[in-house]
Amino acid sequence: MEWLQQLMNGISIGSIYALIALGYTMVYGIIKLINFAHGDVVMIGAFTGFYAIVGLHLSFIPALLLAMAVCSILGVIIERVAYRRLRNSSRITALITAIGVSFFIEYTFIYFRGAQPQSYPKDVLPETSINIFGAKINSQALLIFVITIVLMIILQLIVHRTKIGKAMRAVSIDPETAMLMGISVDRTISATFAIGSALAGAAGVIIGIYFTKIEPLMGLLPGIKAFVAAVLGGIGIIPGAMVGGFILGLVETAVSAIGFSNFRDAAAFFILILILIFKPTGIFGKNVREKV
Amino acid sequence: MKIPRTVWLYGLGAILLYAFFQIMIMTGMLSTYYTVTLITIGINIILAVSLHLIIGVTGQFSIGHAGFLAIGAYVSAILTMNFSFPFPIAILVGGLAAALAGLLVGIPTLRLKGDYLAIATLGFGEIVRIILLNIEYVRGAAGMPVSHKTTWTYVFIFLVLAIVVIHNFTNSRHGRACISIREDEIAAESMGINSTYYKVIAFAIGSLFAGIAGALYAHNFYVIAPKDFGFLKSFEVLIFVVLGGLGSLSGSVIAAAFLTIVSNFFQGFADIRMILYSLVLILIMLYRPQGLMGNMEIGDLFKKGRRSKGGEGIGA
Repeated sequence: MEWLQQLMNGISIGSIYALIALGYTMVYGIIKLINFAHGDVVMIGAFTGFYAIVGLHLSFIPALLLAMAVCSILGVIIERVAYRRLRNSSRITALITAIGVSFFIEYTFIYFRGAQPQSYPKDVLPETSINIFGAKINSQALLIFVITIVLMIILQLIVHRTKIGKAMRAVSIDPETAMLMGISVDRTISATFAIGSALAGAAGVIIGIYFTKIEPLMGLLPGIKAFVAAVLGGIGIIPGAMVGGFILGLVETAVSAIGFSNFRDAAAFFILILILIFKPTGIFGKNVREKV
Repeated sequence: MKIPRTVWLYGLGAILLYAFFQIMIMTGMLSTYYTVTLITIGINIILAVSLHLIIGVTGQFSIGHAGFLAIGAYVSAILTMNFSFPFPIAILVGGLAAALAGLLVGIPTLRLKGDYLAIATLGFGEIVRIILLNIEYVRGAAGMPVSHKTTWTYVFIFLVLAIVVIHNFTNSRHGRACISIREDEIAAESMGINSTYYKVIAFAIGSLFAGIAGALYAHNFYVIAPKDFGFLKSFEVLIFVVLGGLGSLSGSVIAAAFLTIVSNFFQGFADIRMILYSLVLILIMLYRPQGLMGNMEIGDLFKKGRRSKGGEGIGA
């Protein structure tokens, strides 16, 4: 039952990617910006969770909530300070700024804390093996999966059942018309950043628990891979990000399982280049004609 | 054929510049440390100019430049160290290998627009780094020892070559096609410009010089390791181009030289350097998105009433 175990690993990693990818895709959907600093929000979330557990002796759920709160504030600040002025400038300008913000967060954090890695406390979540059909399934992996699903359901409810969710959908379709309908575009964008960054914060804590090691530059690679997941599912489409994340996690685990674990990180980029060549709009994307 | 007076002037200036530093090095007035710094400045200028062609002139946002640098570095290092090729040939082969890689990457990815291209090139750079990490032949993460062969003469020759080629390309029919793609790809295509063709050409020339810079870089530092060619390196080259002005050749030259000197001062404080770099990048984008020079060239500053050829904006 080796494959069932591998499948569970894939789903755990995939749920982390999916959580991060949701933030990317929501922000991209609403202001057409690749928020490069998103991976660093994940890092801040992981460290907030760490300090909450070790320093404040919080248990898992409060630590997760605290990390999500801190990250959503950070996300709103990033948007307010750096991205808001760039809303009408070219996309390259915005992208360069986002890269700048990313490096700024990383190195400011390193400057104050140091670059050394930190091992995550192990006893936050109960760790037992559950036997299903002869496969040993780690209870942590199962819990991670459950938490991810719960967060995704909450997100779906926010986007489809609340007023702010409706505003978000409206702004992502057409900001100007949304503004004419009395929607505060600024506030909607802030809310998007808050929600996306909160998910990133949760992903950070989960990464810490799953990989048991965190460091200031940890956000870069999962961030870029989650972006790949978002593109894979169709950027700007929320269910696409979830599916893309899970697919990416499963593919990576499969690549490791067949003996190419060294090339696991390259797999994501290979998928990206393939998807961009053959179906740039992603799995769920519709073809949109370009207008002059 | 009549050669314009400015060509003579610039040629004379280049020879004087070369001779000045060469005499300084030969007489020992410039210590080894400063000679290495001088060579690094030269290499960074070549890199900046090569990325300038891709981002500044053609408007294609590539952030995987370190990948081409790595290919040039490793190919030339293998040639000189394992097959004892003469250094100049190794430089050229390294450059050609990078250009070939640029062509291979460019043909599929340059159909993409803006941010997708950025991520695809970033992915390419990471793939190159990961592959190098896993090849035993080049000793993976431990790095490959390379003997020191890069001299000021080599750097200067290729520096001049890079600037002349890219300057002339930009001011040719092909360069104007590239600028029109930067300004508005759809409009350019409707005027009959084969945009994919010109983008790939610009990309390949940029990669060629990045590869040459890589070869010079490899033979300057005794050892090359995959970690030298990560995203951080691409970011460094990007900031040269952005600071100098998107679309300004002289701007990227000046920015590369200036930032190399500045970062030498911050040698012991790498973190502060990165904080400053990123702050400068953010502030420039917020308050002067066209970069310090915009798309003006240094010569334009002395010509009143004549606008540069590039026009406004940096394209999407």
